[in-house]
Amino acid sequence: MSRRWQRSGKRIGPALAGAAGVLALAAAWEAYKALVPDDGWVLGEVRVLPRTSDVAMPHLWDMAARAAEPLTSAPDSPPLWLATLQGAGFTLGVSAVGWVTGVVFGLLVAVLMARFVPARAGLLPWVVLSQTVPLIAIAPLVKRWGAQLEIGTFDWQDWMSVAVIASYLAFFPVSVGALRGFTSPDAAADGVRLDLFRAYGVGWWTTFWRLRAPSSVPYLLPALRLAAANAVVGTVVAEVSTGLRGGLGRMIVEFGASASADPAKQWSPIAGAVLVGLAATGLVALVALGLRRYRVEETA
Amino acid sequence: MTAVVVSGAGRVFDGGSGAGTVALADVDLTVGEGELVSLIGPSGCGKSTLLRLIADLDAPTSGSVTVFGKPADRAREDQDYGIAFQQAGLLPWRSVRANVELPLQLRGRAGRAERAARAAELLALVGLADFADHRPDQLSGGMQQRVAIARALARSPRLLLMDEPFGALDEMTRERLQDELLRIRASTGAAVVFVTHSIAEAVYLSDRVVVMSPRPGRVVATLDVPLGGPADRAARGIELREDPAYFERVSAVREALHSGDTAPDRVPS
Repeated sequence: MSRRWQRSGKRIGPALAGAAGVLALAAAWEAYKALVPDDGWVLGEVRVLPRTSDVAMPHLWDMAARAAEPLTSAPDSPPLWLATLQGAGFTLGVSAVGWVTGVVFGLLVAVLMARFVPARAGLLPWVVLSQTVPLIAIAPLVKRWGAQLEIGTFDWQDWMSVAVIASYLAFFPVSVGALRGFTSPDAAADGVRLDLFRAYGVGWWTTFWRLRAPSSVPYLLPALRLAAANAVVGTVVAEVSTGLRGGLGRMIVEFGASASADPAKQWSPIAGAVLVGLAATGLVALVALGLRRYRVEETA
Repeated sequence: MTAVVVSGAGRVFDGGSGAGTVALADVDLTVGEGELVSLIGPSGCGKSTLLRLIADLDAPTSGSVTVFGKPADRAREDQDYGIAFQQAGLLPWRSVRANVELPLQLRGRAGRAERAARAAELLALVGLADFADHRPDQLSGGMQQRVAIARALARSPRLLLMDEPFGALDEMTRERLQDELLRIRASTGAAVVFVTHSIAEAVYLSDRVVVMSPRPGRVVATLDVPLGGPADRAARGIELREDPAYFERVSAVREALHSGDTAPDRVPS
């Protein structure tokens, strides 16, 4: 009896757990709003629990209702949900460009570090250091550099600056993960596969394509997923700090500015950002599906 | 022509502080064409190091190694030997067939069809014809090791180097694979250098057993095993394992192993 329950639970488990998670989150939101007074909880001078007023925490149904209404009071204004979806599409596109750029760059850095051991010692600290630079600080710089760029008829667009910033965040997990993957044959079972390739008398690049690259896939996939999340966050934050129009970042800032008058409005682009994150994760899952042949567990 | 000539070979591993570890000191070894020679000894006696020197996976710090009359590195470049380790080391993302084809694919001009034909032939030889499309992780340890042996034979080498290839297998599987190795050896005529921990295995398989001793790694005795040719042995199977002549050789090897400080010369057979 319990076995059968377990088995069927396994099959529909992920979808069920996902739905349950969303419902639990929604319930927690509304429960908190219902239980805690509008002004939050103040102990002496310190507010220990945040406000639950309609400005700070609108009801979920208010958010949904607001999404169905027009974006602005202009007569030909599209509904808010459509504007949000368009913004999400834009942000997803820029994130995707940033992700691809970051992945390519990250892989190149990893190959360089795997091929030349001195390069590893020289590059790896810089790769780590690169991530300690605050994004907010470099975003306007990248935008300015981009604006000065002129290569023939090629015209640097502002969204490209945002994609560059997204790629800056995306390349890091890829380069670190890929390096671990590329060098994993060195550690695995006394390097017996490397010995084998050496016995075949083939060079570094053949060994790379036939052994190191395929071996890296189990290490690379989590890195690609992390890079996708980083690219989305990087895109939204860079949209905010460069003021790029068209994406969710700008919408969140703009709607946030009028939050006291229209508090439910800004939650649409926030939900949109969640959707972008889900879409990005889904796209990486497709990549993983294409590489599933290489995801085999280590055999003797 | 001889398959392997090792003369005065030593290998010192740098400890970094000047005084290195002597893994192998002044080893002489000759393996004739078609001969099966086992290297046996306790851990740290340098038997694997010696095999790696022959394979040119490591270089001697003194002395020389020649394989079929060439320096070891040339022989490796020319793929004059096939090699198998204790770990099968199959590539888990490739099918069994593709694993056997790997050496043919990496080097040489064999076309797709030719490679597939050769792989089929080899898998039949090790009794895995029905498993060509399986993945390595679907096979047992013994089957994986057979795939590794088939892969080592892919380019029909005249020399097979084996580093404890059956070391991780259970006794039953091990004995079955020993018979298989004898059969393969009879049909290919390749010389074999076989590293093992097992006295019984060394005696059962070898024409000659080289007994080694640690600190420093060196050869302390070489014993002939006149129990007949490989085809003969494979045919006798269990009966050979119970032959008094076999037991006598097992005792001789055991004695040589336990008197690790005997003078390094040939014990008469």
